[in-house]
Amino acid sequence: MEAGLLTIGLGHYLTLAAILFTLGVFGIFLNRRNVIIILMSVELMLLAVNINFVAFSTHLNDMVGQVFAMFVLTVAAAEAAIGLAILVIYFRNRGSIEVEDINLMKG
Amino acid sequence: MSATLPDLTPALPEIFVACAAMALLMVGVFKKDNLLKVVTRLGVLSLAIAFVIMVAKMPGLDRVATTFGGMFIVDGFSVFMKSLVLIGSMAALLMSQQYLIDRKIDRFEFPVLIVLATLGMMMMISANDFMALYVGLELQSLSLYVLASFDRERQRSTEAGLKYFVLGALSSGMLLYGISLIYGFSGTTSFSVLSTGLANSENIGLVVGLVFVLAGLAFKVSAVPFHMWTPDVYEGAPTPVTALFAAAPKVAAMALLMRVVLGGFPTMAADWQQIIIFISIGSMLVGAFAALVQTNIKRLMAYSSIGHVGYALVGLAAGTVQGVEGVLVYMTIYMTMTIGTFACILSMRRDKALDLDINELAGLSRNQPAMAFALAVFMFSLAGIPLLAGFFGKYFIFMSAIDAGLYTLAIIGFVASVVGAFYYLRIVKIMYFDEPAAKFDDNEFGTMGFIMGLTAALNSPLSFLLIYPLLGLAGVAAASLF
Repeated sequence: MEAGLLTIGLGHYLTLAAILFTLGVFGIFLNRRNVIIILMSVELMLLAVNINFVAFSTHLNDMVGQVFAMFVLTVAAAEAAIGLAILVIYFRNRGSIEVEDINLMKG
Repeated sequence: MSATLPDLTPALPEIFVACAAMALLMVGVFKKDNLLKVVTRLGVLSLAIAFVIMVAKMPGLDRVATTFGGMFIVDGFSVFMKSLVLIGSMAALLMSQQYLIDRKIDRFEFPVLIVLATLGMMMMISANDFMALYVGLELQSLSLYVLASFDRERQRSTEAGLKYFVLGALSSGMLLYGISLIYGFSGTTSFSVLSTGLANSENIGLVVGLVFVLAGLAFKVSAVPFHMWTPDVYEGAPTPVTALFAAAPKVAAMALLMRVVLGGFPTMAADWQQIIIFISIGSMLVGAFAALVQTNIKRLMAYSSIGHVGYALVGLAAGTVQGVEGVLVYMTIYMTMTIGTFACILSMRRDKALDLDINELAGLSRNQPAMAFALAVFMFSLAGIPLLAGFFGKYFIFMSAIDAGLYTLAIIGFVASVVGAFYYLRIVKIMYFDEPAAKFDDNEFGTMGFIMGLTAALNSPLSFLLIYPLLGLAGVAAASLF
């Protein structure tokens, strides 16, 4: 198969997923403002993984990757629900969801 | 195309626990009074029944049964580890009642969440495919996030839950990214297919994937450098939850780690061995030195658990049957020590509240000699003093490392355990030689004293009698992994 300059191949998808994943990780560590942004970064990481799975699945002509992506989507929804629930009870006690305020215990 | 139901007998214990958890929720809806007590008892009962089913339906000592298209495996190793997890969860459930009633958080969801978390751990241990691994792991983690923040009126508990959630989600993300790379570069997610040689170290994509997977799993067993969450979560979470964290999920995650590297990547041993050695040394040293300055006993136990994970990983780093056997023996002994210690910690109550500063233990030998003696046995055992069970654990681990030629690792482990002995012995000194502090309240439930006595007996020199049967079982279980 001749890959032209504008043909989008596996490499492009993997690069995109890698960039999104890195953005997600940095979003968790560099963000000093808001826990909601952390939750969004976690979603970004999981979606980057899904892009990987689906791209590989198409490339390998194998359905397992797409099935896996479905599982990841389902679990991500459950995870977001639990994360927001914990965030709500945290806000109720603390009156703030700033990352810098999460410091009652020092690690 | 006709669909037939696969033979589900290997997964019978898990199916039973899943149904039991849902039935318990129904009990919670329809029963009105004395709810926590009833649901806790039913929860312990269903875990016990699952244990009986598992042993009765075992395919035979050296036989393997799989189901769900080979994604779910039952062998000697999985039965051994699931036994530990079930016992740990049952002990944590039995120890939780007093605390929940004292703190006025005696809601029936607590035992249900523990049963669900246990189900997740059993799935993890039996996973023979990355898909099963991920689903089991998340079932466990999601239940544990909620349990950590269960005391929702208390700031520390909610903060512990939030921290655990954020870092847990990050580690799941890394694990998944690794899985996606392994899938892409090998074309399969099944451990059995991976182990047949599809995976080899020439493939850089696979190596990168494996590193991501190991990072995610190292977080779950709280090994250095992914241990930062442990002290905070252990300190902030309700104490019975900390007892559960220290016992069951650690064993399950360790089982998962062993299953992935030995079951999935035996052909890449040279690659993962370096990583395991690195995190093992880091964990042993952090566990030994960072615990020296702790005054809160839950934080101290957190660092202690990091250290013990480091010792257990020494056996895995050896990568031999003997090493794995050592890890299994070590995790068994570690669990009895931890459960016993937490039974003591949960008994440090005055006026219905726990005092967790280690100086509160001062002069315990004069106020409550039995509890002081039991705690002293656990501390000596955790330190690895000869004649007690903890010594055997370390002995087999270090022997396997020496036999595998990992001398440096064994020496560092030995030094770390000498340093670690200092803070365990300091607690004994406080209990026996300091001026007595006020007396602790007596336990209202007999189970606490029973658990304390039983685990102390298991760790005492009586363990001489039990170590050979245990070694035999661990040997069979370890052999089934190779």
